[in-house]
Amino acid sequence: MALLSVKNLQIEIKTRAGVAPVIDDLSFDLEAGESLSFVGESGCGKSMTALALMGLLPEGVGSVAAGSITFDGEELTTATETRLREIRGNDISMIFQEPMTSLNPLFTIGEQIAEVLRAHQNLSRKAAWNQAIELLDAVRIPNAKARVNDYPFQMSGGQRQRVMIAIALACQPKILIADEPTTALDVTVQAQIFDLLQDMRRQTDSSIILITHDMGAVAEMAERMIVMYAGRKAELGPVEDVIANPRHPYTAGLISCVPHILSTLTEEREKLVEVPGIVPPLNDFGKDSCLFASRCQQAQAQCLEARPPEIEFGPEHQSACWRAQEL
Amino acid sequence: MQVLQSFAIRAGYAVILLVAVLVLNFSMMHLAPGDVADTISQSMGGADQELLDQIRADYGLDQPFYIQLGHYIGGVLQFDLGFSFFYNQPVTELILQRLPATLLLVITAQLLALFIGVIMGVISARKPNGILSHFVTFLALFGYAAPVFWTGILLLIAFSLKVQWFPVAGMQDVTIEGGFWAHFIDVARHMALPVVTLGSLFLALYSRLARATMMETLGSDFVRTAKAKGLSTNQVVYKHALKNSLSPVITLAGLQFSAVISGAVLVEAVFSWPGLGTLAFQSIIARDTPTILGILFFSALVVIVGNLLTDLALRLVDPRVGGKG
Repeated sequence: MALLSVKNLQIEIKTRAGVAPVIDDLSFDLEAGESLSFVGESGCGKSMTALALMGLLPEGVGSVAAGSITFDGEELTTATETRLREIRGNDISMIFQEPMTSLNPLFTIGEQIAEVLRAHQNLSRKAAWNQAIELLDAVRIPNAKARVNDYPFQMSGGQRQRVMIAIALACQPKILIADEPTTALDVTVQAQIFDLLQDMRRQTDSSIILITHDMGAVAEMAERMIVMYAGRKAELGPVEDVIANPRHPYTAGLISCVPHILSTLTEEREKLVEVPGIVPPLNDFGKDSCLFASRCQQAQAQCLEARPPEIEFGPEHQSACWRAQEL
Repeated sequence: MQVLQSFAIRAGYAVILLVAVLVLNFSMMHLAPGDVADTISQSMGGADQELLDQIRADYGLDQPFYIQLGHYIGGVLQFDLGFSFFYNQPVTELILQRLPATLLLVITAQLLALFIGVIMGVISARKPNGILSHFVTFLALFGYAAPVFWTGILLLIAFSLKVQWFPVAGMQDVTIEGGFWAHFIDVARHMALPVVTLGSLFLALYSRLARATMMETLGSDFVRTAKAKGLSTNQVVYKHALKNSLSPVITLAGLQFSAVISGAVLVEAVFSWPGLGTLAFQSIIARDTPTILGILFFSALVVIVGNLLTDLALRLVDPRVGGKG
């Protein structure tokens, strides 16, 4: 049985124009120790999925309307807040995309790491503090013993993200959700953070859900990937398979957008490629049609009339496109 | 160490500021028409020029301005604020008698307004559409609009005359006998209405600001991180969010400290509270220049000390203020 199983998940948020399904009929499984990546443009529902898994959808705005999230055999959508608190930070933890603002400016980083240990592992103050120093060392912050007393404002962005990773991995969670963990960082620091995540994952045996729009990161980090578009799953499959042989025009578009350094420009790859157009507005999200059709060069009449079903291609590879067979 | 050092520097500035206040106060009083000699002669039913000159010579008023100023500042540096002919007492002694009553009133009102204001702000920020939240908005409007003396008189009519819960005026009942607690309760009963009157205005300010900053903080990234750690709601709100919302409120409280003092003058007049405010009121009527100058000096001193304490409090709350970095 899968460690985490999401079935027909529907998340709605209230907008002025009414209720919009920001996640529409999403299903996927995550195996223990696996690394799964969510890809897509901003506003496609990647972060919403992550917040739903944590039970942290914005109060009074977003809610799970239908479907189920099963973690280790336990249903999360109906779990009590108390039970969810036990799971958060302990079994499922999360790293956010803004290391500059994700740490509390008024507490030492040692306190912020030790706090999560005290909350879940019943450690004494001293034991938690000592383990915080070990964790800082583990995420490769030099001179951990001294820096544990530092405040976030005394650290760089990359160091702060390391601290966030230390917090997230403190209780050796079964699932680590990383929501664009390197978006706010320098390219050189990005590589270090990914290295660190890979190492830590190997040590703690956690599953990773990596949310990103960086195809390079996906190729490096993940085993399987899900391409999201406008709250729906466009394509799901093993990373190599999907990148080599995309079965959805949106996936193909995203792959062609990756900037590259070539001395000679070929006909297939020009200077910079883009997927024309933008993600449709929220009130279009529920429509019974392919939501990508307006931006798709392969679109036909059928695409505007009905939502495409998820079609299987070989093992583990699915695509929601009417013309997937032809691509 | 660095904190101490910067604190010492600030204390140095404070002394310079105090001297400047002294010079300014003295000059302004000097510019105003009429002097002590006029008032004394008036209270005697008039005096001829010779007597006036005599009085001026006695008080040193015939000296040039800068000599008088020098004498005054020299005196103040030795804690001598001059002599009040009206109260027939050294001004320093007079003020030190009255200062505790004012400080008691002002500090109680300020602390109470801060404490209750922050709690109301936090609770209403967690439920922006709740009853308390609307009440805070209403209270803010009322607090801004209602003059302190009017609120005071209203409370007096309601709670001292209609329902006689609290005494009408003064600070204690001389007929009360008993130990410390009996007096404590007596003073507390006398204090209730003046403190509520003075505090209401600032309660409005603080609760509104606390509500606004708390709402902003509750939406910030590190609060989301705290939730994602699986901390309890109380820890998220009172440990992570509240501490971050305190700085603006403390800053405002420090800035308002002078307003609290000037508010105290009115409140003390309404409730006959035997403090500096009442003294100021009486000595202005009596044109008792040394006393007025003394009170102005002490008010400045209290405000400056208040600001220094605010600074210190901010440093304690937020490691980014000064210190290492």
